[in-house]
Amino acid sequence: MKAHLSRRYLFSASHRLHSEAMSTEENQATYGKCNNPYGHGHNYVIEITVSGPVDAKTGMVCNLTDLDGFIEREVLARYDHENLNMLKEFAKDVPTTENLCIEIYEIVNRGFRHAHLERVRLEETMMNSFEYAG
Amino acid sequence: MVYLTRKAEFSASHYYHNPDFTPEENRRVFGRCNNPNGHGHNYTLEVTVKGEVDPRSGFVVDLKQLKEVMHREVLDAMDHRFLNKEVPEFLHRIPTTENIAIAIWQRLATKLDKARLHRVRVYETPDLFVDFYGEA
Repeated sequence: MKAHLSRRYLFSASHRLHSEAMSTEENQATYGKCNNPYGHGHNYVIEITVSGPVDAKTGMVCNLTDLDGFIEREVLARYDHENLNMLKEFAKDVPTTENLCIEIYEIVNRGFRHAHLERVRLEETMMNSFEYAG
Repeated sequence: MVYLTRKAEFSASHYYHNPDFTPEENRRVFGRCNNPNGHGHNYTLEVTVKGEVDPRSGFVVDLKQLKEVMHREVLDAMDHRFLNKEVPEFLHRIPTTENIAIAIWQRLATKLDKARLHRVRVYETPDLFVDFYGEA
């Protein structure tokens, strides 16, 4: 039988929302306080949902140690306590939580082989979150 | 169609062990969860039902009835129990969160009057949960 497994991970990072395609005034009008040139930070929560048949031998969709290990190596080690604007994936794209959510989805979808990735949900604060399912 | 979700909490102990595995395999696959003396969690259960809103009552489902069914079928059986030893489904099936969600679905699916079961979500901790939609 098919089940969905979701796991939440915490990381902290800084960013600045600023688009080279916009004038100074447009950037300020669009991004408001998030356009502060010195940046600011968040405690992000990633919620990864994977799915698959429950293995009759283990009772699991996938072993959590595989998922935890993958996310630690490929996602948390990359983003935790970093300035997102300094990373190559955000050299051109603005590190909005939408774009970060898509990046994390692509990393997991490309590399995690133990279960099917259903969606990535990314909380920027307790009040806002973003979901990407491909 | 309207969806309604009711929550409940239960606390239980369990351990993970497959008698077909060697002791080394059990330890490798299940790690600390393989401790035969068991360990425990505060589980949160979310049961989501769906249906049309009854024009006379304005309800999708009688919440009192849903609460009673959840208590009778799930909490009475699992709350403050050692799942491996006291819950029939887990005498020969490992009580992972996946299998707990499936067992709860099977206990509830035929017991609801008007509304249809949509999803059973079981949180083992706030950072780990399983959804089961009755899919084969």
